[in-house]
Amino acid sequence: MSVLVYTEVSKGKIKKASLEAVNYAAAMATQMGTTTTAIIINSAEASLDDLGKAGANKVLQLTNSAVNTSDSQVMTRIINHAAEAENAQLIIFSNDLTAKAVAPRLAARLKAGYIAGAIAHPIMEGNAFTINKNVFSGKAIASCYTNSAKKIISLLPNTFPVQTTGTPVAPTSFEVPSEMLTSQIKVKEVKRESNELSLPEAELVVSAGRGMKGPENWGMVEELAKELGAATACSRPVSDIGWRPHHEHVGQTGLAIRPNLYIAIGISGAIQHLAGVNGSKTIVVINKDPEAPFFKSADYGIVGDAFEVVPKLIEAVKKFKAAHH
Amino acid sequence: MKILVCISKAPDTTAKIAFKDNNTAFDENNVQFIVNPYDEWYALVRALELKETLGGTVTTISVGEVDMDAIIRKAFAIGADDGVRIDAPATDAYFVAEQIATFAKQGAYDLILTGKETIDYNGSSVGGMIAEMLNLPFVSLATKLDLSGTTATLECDIDGGTEVLECNLPLVISAAKGMAEARIPNMRGIMAARTKALQVIAATTADKLTEIKSYTLAPGRTTCKMIDAENAASLIDMLHNEAKVI
Ligand SMILES: Cc1cc2nc3c(=O)[nH]c(=O)nc-3n(C[C@H](O)[C@H](O)[C@H](O)COP(=O)(O)OP(=O)(O)OC[C@H]3O[C@@H](n4cnc5c(N)ncnc54)[C@H](O)[C@@H]3O)c2cc1C
Ligand SMILES: Nc1ncnc2c1ncn2[C@@H]1O[C@H](COP(=O)(O)O)[C@@H](O)[C@H]1O
Repeated sequence: MSVLVYTEVSKGKIKKASLEAVNYAAAMATQMGTTTTAIIINSAEASLDDLGKAGANKVLQLTNSAVNTSDSQVMTRIINHAAEAENAQLIIFSNDLTAKAVAPRLAARLKAGYIAGAIAHPIMEGNAFTINKNVFSGKAIASCYTNSAKKIISLLPNTFPVQTTGTPVAPTSFEVPSEMLTSQIKVKEVKRESNELSLPEAELVVSAGRGMKGPENWGMVEELAKELGAATACSRPVSDIGWRPHHEHVGQTGLAIRPNLYIAIGISGAIQHLAGVNGSKTIVVINKDPEAPFFKSADYGIVGDAFEVVPKLIEAVKKFKAAHH
Repeated sequence: MKILVCISKAPDTTAKIAFKDNNTAFDENNVQFIVNPYDEWYALVRALELKETLGGTVTTISVGEVDMDAIIRKAFAIGADDGVRIDAPATDAYFVAEQIATFAKQGAYDLILTGKETIDYNGSSVGGMIAEMLNLPFVSLATKLDLSGTTATLECDIDGGTEVLECNLPLVISAAKGMAEARIPNMRGIMAARTKALQVIAATTADKLTEIKSYTLAPGRTTCKMIDAENAASLIDMLHNEAKVI
């Protein structure tokens, strides 16, 4: 028996969200008295040491070439094959785009209870797991119970800090029969936007809304983000009118993020916006209207004109960095 | 073109969230329910646009109890041709998917569309499960969908970008923002909705694999510490020393 955890590489490194998932899987494996196996696909160029450091006892490195990772059927067959080989009754994902495409399929195939977006470690009683997850757009937490023989859990990214105190393990090559790779989905084109920081994975996020007046004023938002090493985000109207790209839109209809720090500039704090960001550890709100609803959901607030406040913050971050390096 | 659109209900986002029966159930008193936004704005409207150019039918399917009927009628008013309600409480994604998959097997649908997620339970699960149960390809969180003959061209977000995919029908798709623009039902649609067929069928036996045992309200933020705009710079020290996030 083992706990299987699905992991991914991005830009030559194991993704942070994957390391969180490995930590999470390893904690459960310990509690269940078993071991953790990580599976990784399309990882030829990357160092896999971090997987062992994050707690994997074994790393299955898929060596088949030409895996169409955009095809959830192919991915389901591969992970299912690995789960059988490892006799895994519990499979862990990070609740990212891959999990949304693959984990429900796999759950249907294995008839596994699937808990999407866990925010805590499970409480185990015999075979039964009870796991907390956010519901109602973050306004409440539900305790979800599953007692099925097999289980799949996806962990909400940025829920726990990554720990890499373990030791690297040499990967084991793993091959699936080639017919498992036949795909009905063709990837025609991949368009990557520069190499910005990925918003769902970012620990620090600087976000701005309609209060910025126009796209020409985003320079200071980007500069503050750059000085902090933060990703940029925006409110929905801003992406709807095309001031900012769609993938920056956070909220109920956009991305849900939970960074350590979320700085909201010129955003009123509508409930649909909060739905995507209220899981952030610390929230800073900068708004010229003292009555802006966002202040009720903030940890730090500055009532003031963004065009005056943000340049001051940029200077302060520069000074802070100079003093701390 | 035969299109099946999965329609669910969700509390209006501004609804006050409260629980009853010792925090084991959602208190629906005074809660206004709406068509789950992803199902309505993106999945249903794109299905209607495709039907309008290519011909065919758009059928909605919902798993739920009688209060779901108002939601289905709203979908009719927007333009769906007919609808099916499978009469059972929708408490578990696997159960819901199995009901829809069982129904869809008899219909030879070219496309099955779901929303990205229900905004109450945020599972993003039902679409992928239906696809597996029907052994069909599944494209998750598509932001664009076009058809040419029996080939679908789709666009999806990936980490730091987008990708364009192509797949033959039949196919299951979950629809995300970008796929279409919300439509407001007109008077004619509202009138026509009354006469459209809403078929209620009994649920088949299927397992429930998960269950919500209890709820708690998310802890709110205690108090917001206000910093004078003149002193904005001091925020950075607080973020370092107090909040310890930088
Ligand atoms: C079903 C539904 C789903 C939705 N989903 C989302 C979603 O996912 N994400 C989302 O963001 N929204 C969403 N919305 C929209 C949401 O309700 C709000 O309309 C939106 O978040 C407002 O964006 P904003 O705060 O940028 O703009 P506004 O509400 O216009 O607020 C601008 C703010 O900037 C402040 N301001 C103006 N000038 C300055 C200045 N010089 N300095 C500092 N502050 C200034 C103003 O005081 C104001 O508070 C949704 C709405 C609906 C109905
Ligand atoms: N009870 C239901 N009846 C019909 N469709 C549903 C139901 N629940 C979920 N769906 C569909 O599945 C999608 C994803 O839901 P979920 O997996 O609950 O996040 C929704 O956007 C709907 O299209």
